[in-house]
Amino acid sequence: MTPGHASFATSLRRAAVAICALVFATAAAAERASVLNQPAPDCALAMLGEPRATSLNALRGQVVYLDFWASWCGPCAASFPFMNALERDLRGRGLRVVGANMDARPADATRFLVRRPAQFAVAVGDNAPCARALGVAGLPYTFLIDRNGVVRRVHSGFRRGDAPSLRADVERLLAEPVSGGQTR
Amino acid sequence: MSGGQEMRRSARSAAVTLLILGAAALSGCTTVEPWERETLAKPEMALEPQPLLSELRTHVYTSREAAPGGGAAEGGGCGCN
Repeated sequence: MTPGHASFATSLRRAAVAICALVFATAAAAERASVLNQPAPDCALAMLGEPRATSLNALRGQVVYLDFWASWCGPCAASFPFMNALERDLRGRGLRVVGANMDARPADATRFLVRRPAQFAVAVGDNAPCARALGVAGLPYTFLIDRNGVVRRVHSGFRRGDAPSLRADVERLLAEPVSGGQTR
Repeated sequence: MSGGQEMRRSARSAAVTLLILGAAALSGCTTVEPWERETLAKPEMALEPQPLLSELRTHVYTSREAAPGGGAAEGGGCGCN
């Protein structure tokens, strides 16, 4: 091999290494921090049909089943009957089911809700900052928040088989007492 | 200037060009948030819009070619069809 060839190969190798480093740096920056067992961020929530906006912190003392959904997402539609049942059965025991809509066009959400009525609170408007703060990595994406405002379960997607374990976790959190306003 | 030097110089410029091109291509990379994937979620955006038809065609193809695999449909590679 001539010296020219050798340096060509070395330069190419260096360029390839530099490109790989850049790719990995980009990927690392996109990685999300987990909110599991952390206090939930105080997301603003504009509930459909409620004149005043509320927030996640305002729901302290209740167990919150916060679900991010969009009208174009199939599994989200499949989760609606389950969430309706949760709200119906466990609202009296202190559960708040909140469906945070992530549609780019609000009209899509409205049309969806006509076909699949939600018996739980639906947060409309720009929920992207909240989703980003919580690290939503897919749709639907569910957070179980205990009475002290701590995220206790993060669940991605929805299959029918997921329902029993989600419900069991909700009931477990409902049975826990509020620990004097302290977050753990 | 010797041939070796000239070659080295062209090698370096080739590497620099590659690096610049690579960096330019990277600027096209962005994080598409899950809630921004509405268009990507449309059926016509699927890698294989008609999975059943593709499966059948792949089956016919592999039978004729006597070599499975390489298609977008699942299966293949076991040589058992």
